[in-house]
Amino acid sequence: MLTTIYACLFYVATVVLVVGFANRIRQFAMTPAPLKIPTMPAPTTKTGVAFRLFREVAFFESLFKSNKWIWVFGWVFHMALAVVLIRHLRYFVHPVPEVLAFVQPFGVLAAFAMVAGLAGLWARRFVVERVRYISRPSDHLMLALLMGIGLSGMMMKFVAHTDIVAVKAFFLGLMRFSIQPIPADPILLVHLTLVAVLMIVFPFSKLVHSAGVFFSPTRNQVDNSREVRHLAPWAAKLEADRAR
Amino acid sequence: MYVTTDPSEAKQIDPLEMPTLCPGAMAASNPWVAGPDHQASCGFPGELVDNWQEKAIEKMGELLGKYRSLKVYLDSCVKCGACTDKCHYFLGTGDPKNMPVARQDLLRKVYRRYFTLAGKWFPSLVGAEDLTEEVLNDWYTYFHQCSQCRRCSVFCPYGIDTAEISMAGREILDHIGKGQKYCNEIIGKVHTIGNNLGLRPNALRSTLEGLEEDIEDDIGVPVKLPLDVKGADILLVTPSADFFAEPHIDGLIGYAKVFHAAGASWTISSFASEAANFGMFIGSYENMRQISLRIRQAALDLGVKRIVFGECGHAWRVAYSFLNTLAGPFDFLDPRYPVPQHICEYTWDLIEQGKLQFDKSKNDHIKLTFHDSCNVARATRMGDMPGGQFEIPRNILKTVCNHYFDMPADTIKEATFCCGGGGGLLTDELMDLRKKGSSPRMKALQTVQQEHGVTHMAAICAICKTQFSKVMPDYGFERDSILSVHQLVSNAIILEAPHDEE
Ligand code: SF4
Ligand code: SF4
Ligand code: SF4
Repeated sequence: MLTTIYACLFYVATVVLVVGFANRIRQFAMTPAPLKIPTMPAPTTKTGVAFRLFREVAFFESLFKSNKWIWVFGWVFHMALAVVLIRHLRYFVHPVPEVLAFVQPFGVLAAFAMVAGLAGLWARRFVVERVRYISRPSDHLMLALLMGIGLSGMMMKFVAHTDIVAVKAFFLGLMRFSIQPIPADPILLVHLTLVAVLMIVFPFSKLVHSAGVFFSPTRNQVDNSREVRHLAPWAAKLEADRAR
Repeated sequence: MYVTTDPSEAKQIDPLEMPTLCPGAMAASNPWVAGPDHQASCGFPGELVDNWQEKAIEKMGELLGKYRSLKVYLDSCVKCGACTDKCHYFLGTGDPKNMPVARQDLLRKVYRRYFTLAGKWFPSLVGAEDLTEEVLNDWYTYFHQCSQCRRCSVFCPYGIDTAEISMAGREILDHIGKGQKYCNEIIGKVHTIGNNLGLRPNALRSTLEGLEEDIEDDIGVPVKLPLDVKGADILLVTPSADFFAEPHIDGLIGYAKVFHAAGASWTISSFASEAANFGMFIGSYENMRQISLRIRQAALDLGVKRIVFGECGHAWRVAYSFLNTLAGPFDFLDPRYPVPQHICEYTWDLIEQGKLQFDKSKNDHIKLTFHDSCNVARATRMGDMPGGQFEIPRNILKTVCNHYFDMPADTIKEATFCCGGGGGLLTDELMDLRKKGSSPRMKALQTVQQEHGVTHMAAICAICKTQFSKVMPDYGFERDSILSVHQLVSNAIILEAPHDEE
């Protein structure tokens, strides 16, 4: 019973995440950007733009210019999350490749860093008046969700170990459509439930910023408006009235 | 901060000083609403339509499909707060709705309510709200407290540009009949007469002739300001403020002297006698396009080979970034030159080629700094290299002036502060907002006044110049301490007096 519920939950969550997110990306990609609006100074070549986006995603360049506290917390959280996610790949592949085995010890460190980053970001929502003003309940909930995932995960590592082999069997089973029993361990179930919730809300929440950053015209456009004529399809239609 | 002219007066001035939050502080600051005539001249309904709510949502839906910026920005903000202290209107007023993210949220909350699942199902959770009259009024109030300067977009991790939001907001307001008088009246004048001031060709001709006489009386050189000359090489498109007010007009004289020194064949057009394009401020692609097409038309009619723009911030944005899109392709012009060019690019080219001679000492009474006009700084380029928009005007100034000092690094170049009067807010009824919004820039200016004894500030934007001449007296500067860049060029340039046989 429990196994069936969780199996269904993860199938649903995966479909919602993939379809929802793909749909969001499709919307972003299909909507034209009729005018050249890169925030200057901007790169004059596509390679330059790729570098700009890379710096934005890898180092949070703009945020660094903006506010060192948010940068520290935000960057630490995201990078730690990335390490943790990579570490979790071991539950989905068999045998575990060496790279993943190598990441293993850092995962623990990253878990602490991730929770610390989240705590910092959350504290700002209370302490800094300006940020308090712009925070909505959903902003707190999102942090709570991530925090819950991080803490429950850490508890399984440091407090109450779970049967990790069985967990892996469950997920490998899901991927092969042969359902294996899930351990009825409360902390694990909390952890997995929160993850599934996160997957489901992902495409409908501000977490789409993960796609948005690549589609932001102020960041992804090349500064070449004088050399190359940029014309959106709907704008081209307006030109029917032009004599010459 | 280290050296002060008078230690007893020395106080720490911090241009980035954080205000205390005062909710509602600027709720009463509203520009006049456009009357039916002005609305009609831009193609908008004359007054608030009966089903405005429905129409507004419909328009929002249309814009969401047309502008990726709007869609991505409304979806992607994570409320990190990085932009909250970046807007000069927030720093100057303390009104939290002037924090860029809060300004966006005025539109975002309605977007969420009508266009997203989360907002339809859990409105209070995600801060989604119905479009009520109160929200509508907030839109009108606070989208007219954004000068579309894009400072926030530099600092947002996703590049969210609040200017895009306030443009969309104004576009929606226009389409339900609640436009802003100042912008729409001016746009009407450009459509019918050809410039923001409503200056007719005859008046323009006599102004230019008067100027020619003044210059000749002054320096004894017959510098010309040609109008509507067919077959001229260069079409100069400049803000109409250049035709009548100080310090703008001194800039125009400067361009004329540079053209004269270069022996260039150039002309102004009475049909496209305006570089400004207020269509951008109201977010109206169609109005912006119509205004831009006048320039194309003038270039074709006069048969010119190049187009050069005079000193104007948002005009240069429309010219540099949008003109090719709106009115291109310009394949009928000389392909050896970028279309369009900025007058600073033109002048700097000549300086580099050694074609202009200067007597720098003519500007020795001036200790100068430079205000990077935000539209030029963050929305355009000059020259071949990114950042040329910062270097070229400075290079020119340093060529013609011995005493040049930059303001603090976090208030110039890409981090420059708006003058407080941009984005269609340069109207008297917004004077309180304009003065408050100028305070970060003015404080930055005061720091270089204290450190280096700076007396004057140069700018390349008609709106900035007008705005500064209004607000600088409040900070202990003379009205005429704001200068055109080409005014300094004009002061220092050496022109050959004509030979006797003339
Ligand atoms: S910096 Fe960008 S993401 Fe952060 S609150 Fe401001 S607009 Fe939103
Ligand atoms: S564009 Fe400029 S005026 Fe508008 S919110 Fe951003 S910083 Fe403020
Ligand atoms: S008027 Fe000048 S400073 Fe102000 S918005 Fe325009 S370019 Fe920027």
